[in-house]
Amino acid sequence: MPSFQRAARDALANTQQRRNLAHATATIRAKRERVVGEVDRWEDLRVAGAEAKDEALHHLPDYLEQLEANLTARGATVHWARDADEANAIVLGLIRDKGADEVVKVKSMLTQEIELNERLEEAGIHAWETDLAELIVQLGHDRPSHILVPAIHRNRAEIREIFLREMGSVGRPAPKDLTDEPAKLAEAARLHLREKFLRAKVAISGANFAVADTGTLVVVESEGNGRMCLTLPETLISLVGVEKVLPTFADLGPMLQLLPRSSTGERMNPYTSMWTGVTPGDGPQEVHVVLVDNGRSRVLADEVGRQALRCIRCSACLNVCPVYERAGGHAYGSVYPGPIGAVLNPLLRGTGSEVDKSLPYASSLCGACFEACPVRIDIPQLLVHMRTQVVDEASGRSPEALGMKAAAWTFADHRRLETAQRASSLSGRLLGNRTVRSVPGLGAWTQARDVPTPPKETFRQWWRRTHEDES
Amino acid sequence: MSSSQSTPLTGTERTSVLPGTGLTVALFATCFNDTLWPEAPRATVTLLERLGCRVVFPREQTCCGQMFTNTGYADDATPLVRKFVDTFERFDHVVAPSGSCVGSVREQHAMLARRSGDDGLLQAVEQTAPRVRELSELLVDVLGVTDVGAYFPHRTTYHPTCHSLRMLHVGDRPLQLLRAVRGIDLVELPSATECCGFGGTFAVKNADTSIAMGADKARHVRGTGAEVLVAGDNSCLAHIGGVLGRQRSGVRTLHLAQVLASTEEDPA
Repeated sequence: MPSFQRAARDALANTQQRRNLAHATATIRAKRERVVGEVDRWEDLRVAGAEAKDEALHHLPDYLEQLEANLTARGATVHWARDADEANAIVLGLIRDKGADEVVKVKSMLTQEIELNERLEEAGIHAWETDLAELIVQLGHDRPSHILVPAIHRNRAEIREIFLREMGSVGRPAPKDLTDEPAKLAEAARLHLREKFLRAKVAISGANFAVADTGTLVVVESEGNGRMCLTLPETLISLVGVEKVLPTFADLGPMLQLLPRSSTGERMNPYTSMWTGVTPGDGPQEVHVVLVDNGRSRVLADEVGRQALRCIRCSACLNVCPVYERAGGHAYGSVYPGPIGAVLNPLLRGTGSEVDKSLPYASSLCGACFEACPVRIDIPQLLVHMRTQVVDEASGRSPEALGMKAAAWTFADHRRLETAQRASSLSGRLLGNRTVRSVPGLGAWTQARDVPTPPKETFRQWWRRTHEDES
Repeated sequence: MSSSQSTPLTGTERTSVLPGTGLTVALFATCFNDTLWPEAPRATVTLLERLGCRVVFPREQTCCGQMFTNTGYADDATPLVRKFVDTFERFDHVVAPSGSCVGSVREQHAMLARRSGDDGLLQAVEQTAPRVRELSELLVDVLGVTDVGAYFPHRTTYHPTCHSLRMLHVGDRPLQLLRAVRGIDLVELPSATECCGFGGTFAVKNADTSIAMGADKARHVRGTGAEVLVAGDNSCLAHIGGVLGRQRSGVRTLHLAQVLASTEEDPA
């Protein structure tokens, strides 16, 4: 993956995408603000949500064991996966045991993180995404660009084209007279997906929450397609990141208020599905739960960084982020874009690659993300924390690092600063009042901005001249 | 203070005792303002002296370290935290005409001290940092004034900078102060709370995104028809002003301190 800076430059040139994103994020932002404003004690809810997640994270092994015990007691089979390869191998083995060559999927960030669909395709198994936006992305041979609204970068006309062009090659084609009316597009998707729901023997889901004291998994959604997957097929395989665990069923109280208001701007999500093991004669008769680490232990070990594991993937931080709004999701080089992606990806994967080195800098540190986060993740603090890690791991010999060293040396003593200022104000005298349009080494700045002219007299020179006797 | 009495008084003439009487305030000019935008700390001095304060400028001061901290150079920033504390810990009131530098002192110095493992430094930071205030906080919370006797007869719009807004939570203090300015035509800025895209080294490291954000901010400013854009941070103003200047918009940028210091006799 290229660095964020390079990917963002390309994305900024895509004016259609910029318009789509600006429109969509502004709409969700306004909706979220309205419904959050209705709750008198929103701040108390945020604190309760953060505390429930922190309690789970501080005693993670205990709660995971409790979850496993309760799931097993209710007839589910629990598997553990250290990384993406192990998780994918477990899922592939289970599907092969069933003799299936296709699966239906509930929208899941974790399965995208471990690239499950790609691994299944390689093994000859078709994985059909059933969430409307995921379907658009999958049919368009595209990548998701938003956690909650993966096709946010597409408009209705583009979606119509994708449906007409692609649906027929993987199932029921779109009607020839398809228009770009939302109801018509939704109907085409409904008919296309219906035959897949009815045919599939195996379904794959993630989980928004996993309750330790009852062994209950929870998925919240807006369309009901997830519920079709969770109830119709004979076998259900749920992949759950280990950070999804909540200590008690009561902890769902704050979570199910925080999540829909923060994500879709709804007071309550239309569908909340909960399943606890196997119920004979009702729903899937074989339930497998794969508990996946894939870097989460590494994040947990970072005392500052571990708060990122509180994330409930609501994407409120994406919708308020001015950088995300312009650069779009693909620039982040991961299924986790936006402010949370800018910290979560380098925390999960380390800061070795170009993209993970650049992500902590993909923010102006404006703080809007922290304000919007329903579980109070201090994303600006984490961005600075990860920047420090990037710098600490570097050689210290880059032009930037040497410049910083020189500046720090200058600032270490006010007399050095005064000497440096004399050079700066001298250039001010030479330049006079002319506006500076180009400065060597400041190419990026002067591309679209005038540079302020250095003053003829620094503040401290003025102070000396006017207040000398007092200081 | 002789200089405060020799300065002409306007709005505050009605009170017999000036609100800042007996108050000594140490000025943290900030390295950027000191070197590049001295008008802001100068106006801060003029204004505070007009309100009766005794202003001192400890010459040993340099930089709060924000640029280093926010770019990831924590090891380079930590000695500057020590220097800041050494310079300012003896004062009850410290003021700076910069929301982001005050934000860095109040929000990041403790983190740096903790990281360095120096308990003495952490203690000194915890005592000093809460006494460091942004200009509008000092005026409203400590001096208890909103009408500072300023005169500024121009169509003006205000950009609340991110660090003032979300790190310091200055709220509407700057607007309370601006509304009390005589002659001002204060117009609301659309999408005011959205970041202008400066973000320190972000403006250089992510220049394309930064410029896209700055262009939107400049468009909103121009849409108000304001002659003057005011903010409490010169770095944000240099960025937005740089875009406005390149567009030859004719919109002037001024620091909040300059507008509040402006009088009929000495207009900004």
